[in-house]
Amino acid sequence: MSEAPIFEARDLSRYFDVSKPALQRLLAREGRRTLKAVDGVSFAIPRGTTLSLVGESGCGKSTVARLAVGLYEPSGGEALFEGQDLAEARRSVAQRRRMQMIFQDPYASLNPRWRVADIIGEPLRAFGMAQGKAALREKVGALLKQVGLSPTDGNRFPHEFSGGQRQRISIARALSSNPDFLVCDEPTSALDVSVQAQILNLMKGLQRELGLTYLFISHNLAVVRQVSDQVGVMYLGRIVESAPAETLFTTPRHPYTRALMEAIPDLDMVGKERQPVGGEVPSPISPPSGCTFNPRCPLANGRCRAERPALIAARGTPETLVACHAVEEGRDGFGIRAAA
Amino acid sequence: MNAISRLWDSDLFWSFRTTPTAVVSAVVALICIVGAIGAPGLAPYNPFDLASLDLMDAFNPPFFMEEGSLAHPFGTDDQGRDMLSAIMYGARVSLFVGVSATAFALLLGVLVGLIAGYAGGAVDAVLMRIADIQLTFPSILVALMVDGVARAALPREMHDHLALYVVIFAIGVSDWPRFARTVRGSTLVERNKEYVLAARVIGITPARIMLTHVLPNVLGPLLVLATLNLGLAILSEATLSFLGVGVPPTQPSLGTLIRIGNDFLFSGEWWITIFPGLALVAMVLSVNLLGDWLRDALNPRLR
Amino acid sequence: MAALLEVRDLVVEFPTRRGTLRALDRVSFDIAPGEVLGVVGESGAGKSMTGAAIIGLLEPPGRVAGGSISLRGQRIDNLPPREMRKIRGKRIGAIFQDPLTTLNPLYTVGRQLTETMRTHLGIDAAEARRRAIGWLEMVGIPAASERIDAYPHQFSGGMRQRVVIALALCAEPEMVVADEPTTALDVSIQAQVIALLKRLTREKGTSVMLITHDMGVIAETADRVAVMYAGRVAEIGPVRSVVKAAAHPYSAGLMASIPPLTHKVDHLPQIDGAMPRLNAIPTGCAYNPRCPHVFDRCRVERPELIDAPETKAACWLFDSHAPRERSHV
Repeated sequence: MSEAPIFEARDLSRYFDVSKPALQRLLAREGRRTLKAVDGVSFAIPRGTTLSLVGESGCGKSTVARLAVGLYEPSGGEALFEGQDLAEARRSVAQRRRMQMIFQDPYASLNPRWRVADIIGEPLRAFGMAQGKAALREKVGALLKQVGLSPTDGNRFPHEFSGGQRQRISIARALSSNPDFLVCDEPTSALDVSVQAQILNLMKGLQRELGLTYLFISHNLAVVRQVSDQVGVMYLGRIVESAPAETLFTTPRHPYTRALMEAIPDLDMVGKERQPVGGEVPSPISPPSGCTFNPRCPLANGRCRAERPALIAARGTPETLVACHAVEEGRDGFGIRAAA
Repeated sequence: MNAISRLWDSDLFWSFRTTPTAVVSAVVALICIVGAIGAPGLAPYNPFDLASLDLMDAFNPPFFMEEGSLAHPFGTDDQGRDMLSAIMYGARVSLFVGVSATAFALLLGVLVGLIAGYAGGAVDAVLMRIADIQLTFPSILVALMVDGVARAALPREMHDHLALYVVIFAIGVSDWPRFARTVRGSTLVERNKEYVLAARVIGITPARIMLTHVLPNVLGPLLVLATLNLGLAILSEATLSFLGVGVPPTQPSLGTLIRIGNDFLFSGEWWITIFPGLALVAMVLSVNLLGDWLRDALNPRLR
Repeated sequence: MAALLEVRDLVVEFPTRRGTLRALDRVSFDIAPGEVLGVVGESGAGKSMTGAAIIGLLEPPGRVAGGSISLRGQRIDNLPPREMRKIRGKRIGAIFQDPLTTLNPLYTVGRQLTETMRTHLGIDAAEARRRAIGWLEMVGIPAASERIDAYPHQFSGGMRQRVVIALALCAEPEMVVADEPTTALDVSIQAQVIALLKRLTREKGTSVMLITHDMGVIAETADRVAVMYAGRVAEIGPVRSVVKAAAHPYSAGLMASIPPLTHKVDHLPQIDGAMPRLNAIPTGCAYNPRCPHVFDRCRVERPELIDAPETKAACWLFDSHAPRERSHV
């Protein structure tokens, strides 16, 4: 695969100023406060594959999604679309139509005052991809069919549809401009589980059919396992582990990844006891020094509290990149567990 | 289903049909509006036609009193002018000023509110501080100042000619911050909704997003506010005219009629001031009650 | 064993201008003392409504229009509001998804705990405070004797939900209705809160009605499970049976559509279509338009809960008196 990845993040960062208003700051003698929502994240998504970012709320995964379609400007690092600077690429209509986004909330992602045909047709009109009303109507009808709805649904308003159907409308809108790269921000989190299966199957089918590339954001590891080729686990604005999906789920290396998997109740767990991870996610405004996971990590030592670990190939599973001193030093007992 | 039966069946109209206050207010408001707009055709006399005035008819009491007659149901004034006709013509001026001033405040407020809410940051801060400062002045004071400036700046003849528009401007300028605040609040909520993000991803310009996405979704609260404001604007105009700084005496509004009639209140000819007053109350109250109903009907949490 | 809570043919209706909507349609189940009953179903299936009806907090204009709810044999669905308030808190505790709806932001958590205990247990202030600290320690709040004087907003989401659990249990109720208690929390915090709820209710012998859409939480917490669909109970039975060998085609489809964590599947089993809206519930079995095993009877006659191999299922496939031309199960 010598072809350039569709999307690449290089040391990408996004900071938010969360200071109080100037007057209050002056009275309280406080400085400015910065939230490092995304703090030096690197990854590349090859054409036609899915890269997923998982993590708990506040880990920065949704911020990465918004950086990837240009809704936010990076505070540092680079976002590249086919090797070209993203902001640059988005200035051209021909490039801009190639990236689209699907959102989490099926109720907020469709304008309640617009008819479905107008919602799906908006990108077509914006990019001048349909000449005349008849052509527009025909294209919208075909898109509705493609996502499993009826062309006559175009005349209805969003509130007449169920959550799953609305998510199909969202997908149809995203597909309308013939994109290559789809950023999916928790696309099934607000849906019921049987509907979630419908949407995941639809998305997988579309990817096969149209050769789409997905950046998939989710907090649900089981969903991520079903859709991903590559997975990045995020914690407090950084990727702490990145590996091919199969490798990550069979041999998770970072203590946080392992804790996350341990925390998920499974259907096979009927009546079983688990030992949940202790502690809570610290505030991203004042993250712990060194490795940010150290206060909750069973393997933490002095070095973990002082020195920030780099994302490097893991001993034992070289396809895995992991940011953990314990793994690097062999303190995680990886060989022993594998042997046992 | 055609448009009329869809309207009849809609939740909003159903709420209207089942709220007696709303129906009564709407009927009263409709009578006021038809009477005002249709004054030239419907009024029994033309109060501005000096030829038709007869001083012999002066100070006729209303029809239900002795000496009253159905020829002048609300009686006549000191010039022998028919009060009913004067009220209808006066309501016409009041309504015109109220609607125009509200429309002016609405347009200005929507524009400022959308820009402030969507742009955020320094633009938002500056625009909203201007609105805050504006709100610290009582609207009557603002209107008096505008009127004063206009009187000083414009030649007398021109001022008389433009007086009506000066009043509209004066009232509109004092009311816009209300609209700006409402629109800004709703815009702040809407602009972070995912449908706006979806439009931004495909590169729709901010101006277009504001007009096609955000504005239709803030219309509800705007409509309520405009209705309530209409009542207030009519009252402001009446107050200004009562103080003698409003519309010119050549085009008497309800406020002007009340002021003129006020002189006769204690000499026994009470109808000259009371009937215009009642008309004003009916008009403002019905519009306000309609606004209250609309606010409740459009609020999903109260439904 | 006599049931602690008995729900019989419960009907909840919402009058609207377009006719009366039936949100719950003859729902029946029991909860035994010390038992954890999981209630699952998709949004709109009526699971939260059932919980709200039990604690007497149906949102108007919703009302109980039929059936009965009994706590240890005493009817509680028709009590005047004052009587119901006494039962709520004292005999039935409640935990909701958003801890901020339960906690009063203006009072310290200690005051809320002590007031609850003083009202329902009749103990003095000093004793109540001593016990409140004990409860905060029990639910895992660090430095409980200091944190007792903190306000709800000074706690994190997970800690707040712990306080809510303490508040729900401190008057030592016989049962707790927990409506999506972990849905708003992060995965790692969810596990902590569920483990806590499980441990405390077992220690105190409290019954739990655990309402959630998360089958994983049910699988590891509940003793029995009720699966709800379109305002009715579709299936009820021991947790292992419902999860591993569901009889009702809906429960089976629901379980199958959960993506597995252990392996990747090419095509997830899915249930086509969506749950009907309350104003368009089909006649007969509410699931019949989506059911792969549907036959004529399902379209006309509503099935009651029938004995299935390991559970009770509202499905004509299991009617032994009049076996139908079942295609295959």
